Amino acid sequence: MDMSFTKEHEAFRREVREWIEKAMPPAMKQKAENGAHFEHHESMEWHKTLYKKGWVAPHWPKEHGGTGWDVTQRHIFNEELASAGAPSLSPFGLSMVAMVIMQFGTDEQKKRYLPKILSGEEVWCQGYSEPNAGSDLASLQLRAESDGDYYVLNGQKTWTTNGQYADWIFVLCRTNSSGKKQDGISFVLVDIKKTPGVEVRPFMNISGQTAFSETFFTNARVPKVNRVGPEHGGWTIAKALLGHERTGIAAVPVSARVIQNAKRIGRETKVGGKRLLDESTFRRKLAALEIRHRSLDMTNLRALADAQAGRAPGPESSILKIRGSEVLQEAYEFAMEAMGHNALGWFDDPPEALPASQQWIASTFNYYRAATIYGGSNEIQRNIISKMILGLPDGAKG
Amino acid sequence: MDFRLTEEQKMLVQSAEQFAKKDSPVTRFRQLRTSPPGWDKALWRKMGELGWLAIPFSQDIGGFGGSLLEVSLVAEQLGRSLVPEPFLASVVLAGMTLAEAGTKDQIEKFLTPMMEGKTSLALAYAEKESRFDPNEIALAAKVSGGDFVLDGEKVWVLNGHAADHVLVAARTSGGHSDKKGITLFLVDGSASGLTRTAVHGMDGQHTGLLKFKGVKVGKDRIVGKADEGLSLLEKALDRGAAIACAEGLGLIRECLQRTVEYLKVRVQFGTPIGSFQALQHRAADMFVETQLAHSMTILAALKGDDKDETERKRAVSAAKVQLAESGWFVTKQAIQLHGGIGCTDEQDVGLFFKRMHALNTLFGDKDWHLGRYSSLPGFEG
Repeated sequence: MDMSFTKEHEAFRREVREWIEKAMPPAMKQKAENGAHFEHHESMEWHKTLYKKGWVAPHWPKEHGGTGWDVTQRHIFNEELASAGAPSLSPFGLSMVAMVIMQFGTDEQKKRYLPKILSGEEVWCQGYSEPNAGSDLASLQLRAESDGDYYVLNGQKTWTTNGQYADWIFVLCRTNSSGKKQDGISFVLVDIKKTPGVEVRPFMNISGQTAFSETFFTNARVPKVNRVGPEHGGWTIAKALLGHERTGIAAVPVSARVIQNAKRIGRETKVGGKRLLDESTFRRKLAALEIRHRSLDMTNLRALADAQAGRAPGPESSILKIRGSEVLQEAYEFAMEAMGHNALGWFDDPPEALPASQQWIASTFNYYRAATIYGGSNEIQRNIISKMILGLPDGAKG
Repeated sequence: MDFRLTEEQKMLVQSAEQFAKKDSPVTRFRQLRTSPPGWDKALWRKMGELGWLAIPFSQDIGGFGGSLLEVSLVAEQLGRSLVPEPFLASVVLAGMTLAEAGTKDQIEKFLTPMMEGKTSLALAYAEKESRFDPNEIALAAKVSGGDFVLDGEKVWVLNGHAADHVLVAARTSGGHSDKKGITLFLVDGSASGLTRTAVHGMDGQHTGLLKFKGVKVGKDRIVGKADEGLSLLEKALDRGAAIACAEGLGLIRECLQRTVEYLKVRVQFGTPIGSFQALQHRAADMFVETQLAHSMTILAALKGDDKDETERKRAVSAAKVQLAESGWFVTKQAIQLHGGIGCTDEQDVGLFFKRMHALNTLFGDKDWHLGRYSSLPGFEG
């Protein structure tokens, strides 16, 4: 066993770090330093910077614009981006629909969509969840009725992150209502801006940001050539997405930054002339959190080493989702606790009321309540572990 | 980065697993736990013959040249069936310290026969007022002629009741909390003035209560440097903690496996109880905890002997805290999911629960390690 990175990988890390340091504009760095929320246009600006460098899609095959890096290099790259607090890129194009198109799409679809996903010219969002299809995704009801060369879409999607900024949405829709519910689903690409009958309504979540939208389809006509994969074959495609490398879901560097921030608050906050960090209760809580984070990190590295050795990710990645999202939430809970009275504030408060470095903690703390829900809720992940790994029987859901 | 086992390591694990299953199933521990010493000299001898007791020692002194990782892999398998022989006390705590700091003569006389399974060793450090701090040593070693005389008491000494030779942390100078002034002496179990009482533990293992009254020890029995024994002692305890993690990992894996099997066969309301989601999720959480414990056991095994003291302490304390949490969760849920039968002495999960609790206490409990971790250099960021 060997826990260290090779010299080549360490050199690669330095190269990436130096480049990020130069590439991030000062205003972006300032926001990153304060953990502030990045607007969509800022994230796209960063997308384009990475695109110019050729680093926007390291996980893509080289022929489509990937970097040809190995799994560990990609891990290092993501770690460095997150450590620098760079804006995270929207995954819906780069990591989701692009992977589907590469695996299941026609050559025309690859030519039509991939270059613009890579360049950031077209922004994508995801149409999976519906008001009545959350964890039970296969019960989705967005109807797609056949009409010659078109599907006519009627129904609603929800939780469409970035829907208000997107040019395209990929949807799972129902092309057959009889038989097993998983067998009547198709995967279809919809041009949001140019298709009459598609309406996006953003709504505010508890973070105070309009991160999500609802998307309504009313007699929206979509050409059948926009279907990816066979008709009624959408469920297989949805599941195939889960087979991709998933060490990123542990959010290790994201939580690490929050813990560092909590330490900083501990150093800078004075209580009766003493530093908060010198209080033993605070110190021990911090230590406990850091250790939970280290366990997560080690478990993630084991998954990474497996991937590097060529083993496909199995249901074990559910562990990373469960504990990764829990630690992320705990880190924010601890940061809020560290803030004391400042935890009463909100991101629109003036700096004399709330230091800039603490301004966004409450909002993000609220935002990440979703971490244990999105991407397959932690309860669904536990179902996966108990069935696929432990082999416990189906049956009563009581 | 690579966490795969080598072919040799895989074989080691396999043979340790076979040994534990065949030569020492839990039923054997059940028989031995009722009376001291609580383990069997014949089996210890066999372990010596099979080479288990020589794993971490260099080849030039007759060992196998393995590292703490190999010891950890074996300890994990021994933990699965609660093998009561003093592997941890004799090989890891005292043996590895002797190998590191002992003279050639000491190694030949005391370590070689232990490797062969002819003798066993122990490390005595804890005292009634030391709690988990290794520098809290009051047992006095006073110079008398050219030799030393030991007076004082050691408590909860693993294998202290049965060891042929006991490595004793004594104070040769300074006050009882001072970091300097601690010396390690190798004392014969049969030494005149040494009274040993076997104490029956909650986990069914036995430990020694050792009283020293004018015990004479030659200066040739000092292991390492006089007055400078603390760093050796801390290293020994960190290795011990790393191996306690491995033993704990072995037994929680066993608990998880047995509990999942039970959930599949126990029928209530006309269906296996493993079909109930409340219990499935508990089992899933047990699995998550077991995986995290595995990760940190690897970390402790790889860093538990690290030359960088801070790095070593940070890794070992982190692992010990994780094992305390995971071990506690998994073993208590194993009892809960077994229901009433889990609370009986005849069901093994209760034995695992008790051993896990003992491992969590040994070498510093969770609180102590959180305290140590948070006072290490670099913690403040």
